[in-house]
Amino acid sequence: MALSLKKHEMPVQDPKVRAHNFDEVALGYDEETAVAEAERCLHCKIPQCRKGCPVSVDIPEFIGKIKERDFDGAIEKIKEANALPAVCGRVCPQENQCEKYCVLAKKGESVGIGRLERFVADRYMAKNEEVKPIEFAEDAQKVAVLGSGPSGLSCAGDLAKMGYKVTVFEALHKAGGVLSYGIPEFRLPKDKVVKKEIENIEKLGVKFELDAVAGRLFTVDELMEEEGFDAVFIGTGAGLPRFQGIPGEGLNGVYSANEFLTRCNLMKAYKFPEYATPIKVGKNVAVIGGGNVAMDAARTALRLGAEHVYIVYRRSEAELPARKEEVEHAKEEGIDFKLLNNPVEILGNEEGWVSGMKCIRMELGEPDESGRRRPVPVEGSEFELAVDTVIVSIGTGPNPIIAHTTPGLATTKRGNIEADEESCATSKPGVFAGGDIVTGAATVILAMGAGRKAAAAIDEYLKSKKK
Amino acid sequence: MFKILRKEELSPNVFSMDIDAPRVAKKAQAGQFIVLRVDEKGERIPLTIANFNRETGVVNIVFQVIGASTMALAAVEPGESIIDFVGPLGQPSEIKKFDGTVVVVGGGIGVAPTFPIARAMKEAGNKVIAIMGAKNKDILIMEDEMKEVTDEILITTDDGSRGIKGFVTYAVQELAERGEKIAQITAIGPVIMMKSVADCTRELGIHTVVSLNPIMVDGTGMCGGCRVQVGDETKFACVDGPEFDGHLVDFKALMSRQRMYRDLEAEEKDHICNIGLGRK
Repeated sequence: MALSLKKHEMPVQDPKVRAHNFDEVALGYDEETAVAEAERCLHCKIPQCRKGCPVSVDIPEFIGKIKERDFDGAIEKIKEANALPAVCGRVCPQENQCEKYCVLAKKGESVGIGRLERFVADRYMAKNEEVKPIEFAEDAQKVAVLGSGPSGLSCAGDLAKMGYKVTVFEALHKAGGVLSYGIPEFRLPKDKVVKKEIENIEKLGVKFELDAVAGRLFTVDELMEEEGFDAVFIGTGAGLPRFQGIPGEGLNGVYSANEFLTRCNLMKAYKFPEYATPIKVGKNVAVIGGGNVAMDAARTALRLGAEHVYIVYRRSEAELPARKEEVEHAKEEGIDFKLLNNPVEILGNEEGWVSGMKCIRMELGEPDESGRRRPVPVEGSEFELAVDTVIVSIGTGPNPIIAHTTPGLATTKRGNIEADEESCATSKPGVFAGGDIVTGAATVILAMGAGRKAAAAIDEYLKSKKK
Repeated sequence: MFKILRKEELSPNVFSMDIDAPRVAKKAQAGQFIVLRVDEKGERIPLTIANFNRETGVVNIVFQVIGASTMALAAVEPGESIIDFVGPLGQPSEIKKFDGTVVVVGGGIGVAPTFPIARAMKEAGNKVIAIMGAKNKDILIMEDEMKEVTDEILITTDDGSRGIKGFVTYAVQELAERGEKIAQITAIGPVIMMKSVADCTRELGIHTVVSLNPIMVDGTGMCGGCRVQVGDETKFACVDGPEFDGHLVDFKALMSRQRMYRDLEAEEKDHICNIGLGRK
């Protein structure tokens, strides 16, 4: 049988239908397709895919198990390295990670590693197997994890498995961090996936305290000195949204992507008034930015009833930081990409509402410090986009609360917490940090990788402390 | 879950509630706020803390019923619980011994959050004067409590039914005219009132702090909904505030932003009234 150069397609909801509902877009492989896709794996002698995975999942092994139809074995293999496989199978930018290094990608399409991961993770979840609680030693050391996003969850899960008593403190009323407030239902179902993954970590014996704002309700020092925690992991994530600083950002109808998505995902404003939090989307929406969050905001706006949604991005398609699949899905749904354009002013009417957005065309010049070609404005090319809602999605800065309330915790000039890349150790003994609060906004899987590294380093630290 | 220990209707549609929240009470400081949610489908409502007692673990809030969410909150009875009560949030007021009198100005239910500030200012050794404004004498709140923690109170009513007839700024003027040496004024109330106080004190050259309660979702420094223009800078009320220099705040933009959801709020209120069962 000749090897197909293409991945097996994953069924998706019809774009015309899904643009008006919040149900998941991608539907996942069935068993036969999964096995057939696994058959494409050549099992290279020196597999390259693993080195592209931030948590080093043993990819050839789990794919091998799928070939043998040992699906339980496959998920076990993944779970050795990845605490949230059903999440990663959905939201990892595989094309820049594992799949990028797949030997098949040289000639055609790589093995659908992400799709296979999702398949075995979903199959495992559907089985609803009992998670065995961990029996903690009476004198087990205690670790506090601040934030219940990807880094916190993976750190907590790993530490619990090592026998430490872990309490996760979450500021919001729901655990999951960006998985709950940021990534939309249609890309990452909340009840079916996120809630279950968190419940599984809870069942291990990890305690979750919600509504607990670290740095306000308690300080890091108090946790260690008064509440008996032997180590602390800070995984509080990305913080306040950045704005461009152009005129009109204070107008009504201007949202940060964080606010827009939080209203919709966490507060379920798409079910207003059954849920009490309101959200307003006009007929014509501009989303500024080209990352995953921008795609999420644009596609959410469409689902909330917007008639025309633009992505306004100052570089070209090649530089779009979003996952390829999200860009494709957005296009299929009718999102209008205004590439090589930059907003210069948001225009308002007399009542203080957005009435349009003035943009300028850009062209790519010499490479900048990020290695990407720097966009430069084309003089005299200003034009007006007729929109009534603007969603700003150009990144976030660090949340200042913990840095401000923790003496001895070094931060960078930008306000991110300084932590060692390998051990996640901060300048404060016993305090570790990882994820977006250290790196600035990045991906779910990188944060999970940091959580894992931190768990290993905390284990080492606590063992040496016990001696 | 957080239990409601006491509920009192201070004036029509204005409620005072004691909430059992020992950990919040332990850490609360004057000037900070909380975010609460009544039930699983509820909004996150930010409210400035009106009082707290570290010994009893009680936090007091005062709120006015203006939309569906505050209506749902007002319907919770003592002994029942609300699902979330998060705090203390925001920066505390700057409390120290000032060189001169400290004045707190509360308009309407804005009197409530001036209480812990007045008390802390008094405890720090300041002479404290409270100006309390209301539309009429019947809806004036917390007069006795304010008397206890201040050296003097001045009441203003729009209709003249108590105290000075007119706005709170009249009382500020009066203090200035009698030669009171004012080191700082903290004004809390409707945005238009805070703007008027700031305009008045700008001319008088008195440093003025205002406490803002803009649209907010998480309240912890994530969503960015609470951004306000303060001088040349965009600030976030939840982590940089809620208190800002009243002479630098762009009140016009703030007032405009407060209107963002007005029509939806009305729709939601109707929605609830029509079923007559609340949201549950």
